[in-house]
Amino acid sequence: MNETVATRQTYGDTLVELGEKIKEIVVLDADLSKSTMTVKFSKRYPERFFNMGIAEANMINTAAGLATCGKIPFVSSFSIFTTGRAWEQIRNTICYSALNVKIVATHSGISVGSDGASHQCIEDLALMRAIPGMTVVEPCDAVETRKSILAAVDYKGPMYIRLGRVAVPTITQKEDPYTLGKANVLRTGNDAAIVACGALVANSLIAADTLLMEGIRVAVINMHTVKPIDQELVVSVAKQTHALVTAEQHVLDGGLGSAVASVITRAYPVPIEMIGIDNRFGQSGDPDILFREYHLMPEDIVLAVKRVIGRKRK
Amino acid sequence: MKNLQLLNTKALEERSKIIRRYIIKMLTKAGSGHTGSSLSAVDLLVTLFYNKLRHNPQLPKWNERDRFILSKGHACPALYAILADMGYFDIDKLDTLRQFGSILQGLPCMKTTPGIEISGGSLGQGLSVGLGIALAAKLDKKDYRTYVMLGDGEIAEGQIWEAAMAASHYKMDNLCAVLDHNGLQIDGFVHEIMSSHPIPDKWRSFGWYVIEIDGHNHASILSGFDEAEKIRGQPTILVAKTVKGKGVSFMENQVDWHGKTPSKEESERALSELK
Repeated sequence: MNETVATRQTYGDTLVELGEKIKEIVVLDADLSKSTMTVKFSKRYPERFFNMGIAEANMINTAAGLATCGKIPFVSSFSIFTTGRAWEQIRNTICYSALNVKIVATHSGISVGSDGASHQCIEDLALMRAIPGMTVVEPCDAVETRKSILAAVDYKGPMYIRLGRVAVPTITQKEDPYTLGKANVLRTGNDAAIVACGALVANSLIAADTLLMEGIRVAVINMHTVKPIDQELVVSVAKQTHALVTAEQHVLDGGLGSAVASVITRAYPVPIEMIGIDNRFGQSGDPDILFREYHLMPEDIVLAVKRVIGRKRK
Repeated sequence: MKNLQLLNTKALEERSKIIRRYIIKMLTKAGSGHTGSSLSAVDLLVTLFYNKLRHNPQLPKWNERDRFILSKGHACPALYAILADMGYFDIDKLDTLRQFGSILQGLPCMKTTPGIEISGGSLGQGLSVGLGIALAAKLDKKDYRTYVMLGDGEIAEGQIWEAAMAASHYKMDNLCAVLDHNGLQIDGFVHEIMSSHPIPDKWRSFGWYVIEIDGHNHASILSGFDEAEKIRGQPTILVAKTVKGKGVSFMENQVDWHGKTPSKEESERALSELK
């Protein structure tokens, strides 16, 4: 079993690491710093940390003001309260002005677990994807989380980084390349391709291993940048496999599956099956139980692959 | 860079009249926009830009400049006229307001218009941006000040009070809000739509230093800004009593003129009153 780490821990550590040499980094939180792990930065660099209280709209626009003065604000809270409550502030002030603000939200997806639906944000990819000029990233593990934070500092412009609550297995290596907008091919195979992001990448790898034992070879694509999506790679695996499965911890409307389908239907139509949450809210429960209930498990992906292969044009 | 020549009260009045004329002309040409809201803010903005702000129209992004944010973004014709008059961009651009391809968008856009600090127009957001700028100034140990103009209808937005709380919490004495208290909003009188009464007490209870001024008396405005600059340890708000549509008799205090523009004939009448 791989080591498991909560990506928010890595986020907190990476901020501390970067804060040492990049003095422009400032961090804002809305009374959840002990959950988002920005508390680590606050202890090390108290003068560059602003707890804005439970007032997310104000926090987002305060970050906008800081960005106009050359600061690199990292803004954190739970996904639902940043992308949901403060959507219009992100749209009208951050993105319309193309400001260099990094929104790093934790507690996305149903893997939040026991808090239930109110705190399980399953719409944030759709909300953030819809805004012109927004870059949307969902790392699949701790190693990739660190890379995404480094990339966020190098990239000039608004960015949304989606993190979860629970520990997830480490499935990528430090040495793996990481370029925004360039997906990583984790497995190759010609029978079908699974395009996944976040926690569903690990489950896709397990699914691929299971399928391999049955002689089915599937490619697994880690689409860490959901927007701008790596169109070139999506089209190339579609041409190679003629069958795609998308997998995400998000509603089916407007997330990774929609993004892939949008590329494919225009460039090279092939059958697609989608793993995601189908028009339902989450609920309280153990993340593992919820993953079963909402059909996000490796076995669900295996079935989707078989379905899509069955739909291939003969 | 205080090399901009300061104006006396008489000259400020004269300049305000010129700006009002620009506003009438540009809105008549544009055929849409917020006439009443622009006119009520003119004397406040003229006093601020000509006699108070540390800025340089030739260097809009000068690091040491004071910042101004028009949170009630729909009054941007007044701001555009002043920016053009001061040389931020060519005065002829005023004729292009709201047209396709214009640098002057219907509501402020920082990417197209020199002198605009932040894109906006969605109410309730500017004070938070001002707070961020003021925090950056403190972090960088810079002495520039940040001014934010609010509308009195706008302060019904909850985010204004989030920002008010935070600015006071962080003791932002380099932040000065200016409330254009003209008493009218799109649907009618503010006290009938959503009463914000008592305004000064609300801000005081949020930890702000409140200065009440006559928003059409340049001496009163200037002394308000001077006093605000001396306050330490808390943010300041100038609550400026103004008249919507100020300067044009048939527009004054008329709710219909919030978001309406003059016809050719109305424009001529307005301009004749502004001689």
